[in-house]
Amino acid sequence: MDTGHNIVRVSEVTRTFRLGAQMVQALKGVDLSIQSGEYLSIMGPSGSGKSTLFNMIGGLDKPSSGKVYIDEVDIAQLDAYELAWLRNRKIGYIFQTFNLIQVMTALENVTLPMIFAGMSNDESVEKGLELLGLVGLRERHAHKPNELSGGQQQRVAIARSLANTPAIILADEPTGNLDLTTGEEIIALLKHLSSERGVTVISATHDHKMLAVSDRVVWIRDGRIDKIESRDQLNISVGTISSKDA
Amino acid sequence: MARGKADSAFFDTGGKKISRQVVLPFRKSLEISIKSIRVRFFRSMITVIGLILAVAFLGFVLAGAEVASGLLHSGDPELRSVLIKSGYDLPAEPPQDGDGRVLPESVGTGAKERWIVILSLLVCTVGIVNAQLMAVTERFREIGTMKCLGALDSFVLRLFLLEAGMQGLAGAIIGAVFGAVAALLAGLFRFGAAALVWLPTGGVALAVGVAVVVGFVLSLVGVVYPAVVAARMRPVEAMRVQE
Ligand SMILES: Nc1ncnc2c1ncn2[C@@H]1O[C@H](COP(=O)(O)OP(=O)(O)OP(=O)(O)O)[C@@H](O)[C@H]1O
Ligand SMILES: [Mg+2]
Repeated sequence: MDTGHNIVRVSEVTRTFRLGAQMVQALKGVDLSIQSGEYLSIMGPSGSGKSTLFNMIGGLDKPSSGKVYIDEVDIAQLDAYELAWLRNRKIGYIFQTFNLIQVMTALENVTLPMIFAGMSNDESVEKGLELLGLVGLRERHAHKPNELSGGQQQRVAIARSLANTPAIILADEPTGNLDLTTGEEIIALLKHLSSERGVTVISATHDHKMLAVSDRVVWIRDGRIDKIESRDQLNISVGTISSKDA
Repeated sequence: MARGKADSAFFDTGGKKISRQVVLPFRKSLEISIKSIRVRFFRSMITVIGLILAVAFLGFVLAGAEVASGLLHSGDPELRSVLIKSGYDLPAEPPQDGDGRVLPESVGTGAKERWIVILSLLVCTVGIVNAQLMAVTERFREIGTMKCLGALDSFVLRLFLLEAGMQGLAGAIIGAVFGAVAALLAGLFRFGAAALVWLPTGGVALAVGVAVVVGFVLSLVGVVYPAVVAARMRPVEAMRVQE
């Protein structure tokens, strides 16, 4: 696992939404560095800006001001092809609402990113089945999302996020729509990926079960970083305010 | 300490051009669009039915004109009077020049009929745009998801054009054949067997062809705007829409 270099760096990012005449500032200047191989959780109450930050890091939305760097490359400078390539090869997304493509089977969902990456049909089917096996759903590969339970759909989404062996997995409330045990299974799976494969996992959540597996926890409140805690600080006490080690 | 893409091992594409690194092979896009049509068969039917009706009407008018023109060119004065009786705007005798030679004439489609056809096609295009806008809106989340997985705008555009093109072609063929058959049956009913005896088959085939092409082009025109809107959306915008 190569640690120590910043795979993601967020610098003075703000994001303002216009709602009619009203302006809503969802992010009010966020600075954050995330190291390669890290398991990072973004915690905070509803409406605090977690999803907004998640979208910025994933290149799904543009900041109103400030910059987002992936491996020290400013993503605002990427053209449409490079951005698509980044989303396709380097980042795996997991959403609270699963976002599987309803008309496709589990296997087709998992192989779609591989098709985009130019992989041959046979190769992608083989890898797709292998990934479905990893999340324990190999025999359900021919099922459509609406024939699967929420937890199973989320596991398909995890398999899909791994399609092109990304360096970063971004998960926005991956356990938000799941029951306690299923949520724990998903968390364990993410932790396994992070520790076994060295994937950087960045997860927005308000699920406290996530705390135990995180290397660091970023607490967000009202569009600002409230505090950042590393695992040992979490173990000792809750509520220690530490500045980030920039 | 920001640096360019060139220095980054992370952004290393193995020396290949990045625009070739994200692809959707044509066969695969065809497969995906056929699947979408199959799964959403009911929705597709609704989109296509308006087109079928409009193209059927066009085919009916064009093929009907062919039937009448066949009868006219038979040179049989009796058939001529039947045509006049059934409303075609023709002089009682074939027009002749000073030396008594018969001048060529045609029945054509009446101006009123032509306007009705044009209007029906216009209404049909508006209907297609409307149906496609709804169909595309329903699929915003799917489009956003595909973009998160690395789809380029052009993939989304291509999928929608393929889908609309296939639907349009099928609908236009069904409509045109349906309209032409109806025109022949109507001719048979009004003029008896003579309608088929003097039928210019080439002309009828051309009429069907024209109706198919018009229907196909209209369905593509109808989908362009919704598809471009869908293809240009940022992933977040597309995914915020509730299903
Ligand atoms: N597209 C948008 N248009 C307008 N306002 C938005 C938009 N997206 C987010 N917001 C606003 O930004 C703020 C932060 O939203 P965000 O979705 O990031 O919160 P969150 O921390 O993810 O909350 P939750 O835990 O409920 O998912 C909210 O006040 C929200 O209303
Ligand atoms: Mg959220």
